[in-house]
Amino acid sequence: MSAPAAPAHVHTDEHYLSMDLLRFTTAGSVDDGKSTLIGRLLYDSKAIFEDTLENLERVTEQRGEENLNLALLTDGLRAEREQGITIDVAYRYFATPRRKFIIADTPGHIQYTRNMVTGASTANLAIILIDARKGVIEQTCRHSFIASLLGIPHVVVAVNKMDLVDFSEVRFNEIVAQYSEFASRLSIPDIKFIPISALHGDNVVEKSVRTPWYQGGALLYTLETVYIGSDLNHIDPRFSVQTVIRPNNDAHHDFRGFAGRVAGGVFKPGDEIISLPSGLPAVIKSIHGPEGELAEAFAPMSVVMTLDREIDSSRGDLFAKAHNQPAVTQDVEAMVCWFSPAKLNPSGKYILRHATRETKCAVKAVRYKVDINTLRKQTEDVAIGMNDIGRVFLRTAVPLMTDPYKRNRTTGSFILIDEFTNATVGAGMILWPEPSERPAAAQFADMGGL
Amino acid sequence: MSSYNLTHLAQLEHEAIFVLREVAAQFERPALLFSGGKDSIVMARLAQKAFAPARVPFPLVHVDTGHNFAETIEYRDWFAAEIGARLVVRYVEDSIKAGRCLEEKGLNPSRNGLQTVTLLDTIEEFKFDACLGGARRDEEKARAKERFFSHRDEFGQWDPKNQRPELWNLFNGRKNQGEHFRVFPLSNWTEMDVWQYIAREGLRIPSIYFSHARRVVNRNGVLLAESPYITLLEGETYEERIVRYRTVGDSTCTGAVESPAATLGEVIQEVASARVTERGTRADDKRSESAMEDRKKAGYF
Repeated sequence: MSAPAAPAHVHTDEHYLSMDLLRFTTAGSVDDGKSTLIGRLLYDSKAIFEDTLENLERVTEQRGEENLNLALLTDGLRAEREQGITIDVAYRYFATPRRKFIIADTPGHIQYTRNMVTGASTANLAIILIDARKGVIEQTCRHSFIASLLGIPHVVVAVNKMDLVDFSEVRFNEIVAQYSEFASRLSIPDIKFIPISALHGDNVVEKSVRTPWYQGGALLYTLETVYIGSDLNHIDPRFSVQTVIRPNNDAHHDFRGFAGRVAGGVFKPGDEIISLPSGLPAVIKSIHGPEGELAEAFAPMSVVMTLDREIDSSRGDLFAKAHNQPAVTQDVEAMVCWFSPAKLNPSGKYILRHATRETKCAVKAVRYKVDINTLRKQTEDVAIGMNDIGRVFLRTAVPLMTDPYKRNRTTGSFILIDEFTNATVGAGMILWPEPSERPAAAQFADMGGL
Repeated sequence: MSSYNLTHLAQLEHEAIFVLREVAAQFERPALLFSGGKDSIVMARLAQKAFAPARVPFPLVHVDTGHNFAETIEYRDWFAAEIGARLVVRYVEDSIKAGRCLEEKGLNPSRNGLQTVTLLDTIEEFKFDACLGGARRDEEKARAKERFFSHRDEFGQWDPKNQRPELWNLFNGRKNQGEHFRVFPLSNWTEMDVWQYIAREGLRIPSIYFSHARRVVNRNGVLLAESPYITLLEGETYEERIVRYRTVGDSTCTGAVESPAATLGEVIQEVASARVTERGTRADDKRSESAMEDRKKAGYF
């Protein structure tokens, strides 16, 4: 790789202060060329510094390896470097003049579900790597299913190692057809295909002359321009109270502000809200953001709201609007990913954290387990162990204010915590509190197309 | 719909404020680790915003090695008074005198590692259950694996192979007696983001971040400031250079960079074209490939 010229215009204030943020996840194994691809994106955008690179060269040499081992960039832990495996999600940062990027780099082999689910939970986009020689394999399906289940709105299928198939348009189209057929069973709103060679840089940062038949943009261009403005919910007003701010000083004697992060919709001073689960109404008097008073607040803003009257509301409550409310329910039907070596106890009790509310819950039923490689439902063996995904029915001790995960990733998600070890043992995506109320077709779509 | 977009800096700001409020809500006795360095200044600023118009509901805590730059200590005291926060200072010197730890021997004795002992003692003294730190994932490769809410066992240790998965914005701060958390609201910020935020907010920062004349010695490529705690080797001499600091730590292990950048704008231009990581000026990380990971496991910041 040759050192790119310093783009002097990149970090001028106007540019920098108007850049937005794209969080993406990459999944795959070393063999897919994932590390090479990330290395190239980081290096070509100047996110790898000279000393890091020198260090990498030195360490590679010490280890007696021939090619510059770009995986050492992401394998930050001693155990990872020793074993040559990636244990944990690593976060990487780079920026171009258009956008800042956060990569959640997830390992392909070890504990793939746990790590991919973690990385995918906050991502706008997933890059799924396919080896052009191998086409769609089991791992591709696994990764795509998780991307779909976790509600990642954009998927880029990077067909890598095109150099090894002579940049064949026919081969590329075969893979596109193969993947499209498989993906029709999932619910991913936006899928793009790009033929690349991470090793040689074709269609990574610059468009390649070796794929004249390919009409789309290079990978980096796609990452820079994919439209993420409608990824967050700006329709259903949702605001979970985190904490109540009461200064108790002379200057702000009567100030009582509800602090939290907007999870959906738009709130404005003068709007009538209701506090759930009590259902008490009030009118928003003022909204305070980090830079002062605001005319409106939307996701994902952290704000403080004051109301026109005293209502009993505190951490764990949720503000919505009378005409647009979440379900207030103690029954939760959800897809759960399991992270603990101890299996999910099919009649056990766990601590459930949802939005800003924490409560106990009991597992009432395990509906089925998903065979993550074939995407088939298993109803006979429903023991949910580490890295398994299944559908469960839970009953909570206090009501939760929930939306289906497909509708809102904040009010539709929860984690399960072991009461005794305090470990995070599972992550859940709410399907619908009362599945019987929904038409069968919608239920099907809710389950990530399963 | 385009009006519902936030810039990346605003997104980071809203995220950090959310994390700071979670700490206030989930813990009984949090503390904000404040060194007077740029990251902790930004974090304290965000804490101010998170709880306004109330005061920051936790003290600022500084573990003073006794080898800090005078400019930083001066700044620390001014800043705490300015925002009306309680300031708790504990000294590595006291830990050494009390026999809790031993001064390093050798050529380049650093108290950087000893801070861990004093910090853990301070946590115990005040029964702090969460310590907010300004560490960022882009600083160092072990930190790239760090959680926002990082669990520490009863010995203050970090177990990197057994971290709690962190999904969405759901932070699990549950713990047993004697355990505590380190919380990093700036996890997703880069060096550039921190500088841009300082510029946007018009924050005052310690003068050593800007270009000045200083007598330094070049040791293994790290420019160390003249100080009574450094013993010169044969052939080494102090010489005056025009330098500034990219990171502020213990004066015995934090190197200066030669730089003419005297204003925030110039510093930002310099950061934008920098070819060396910010921790590249830290001698403490150069000790071994896993230096940071080893210190973090033991309970370092």
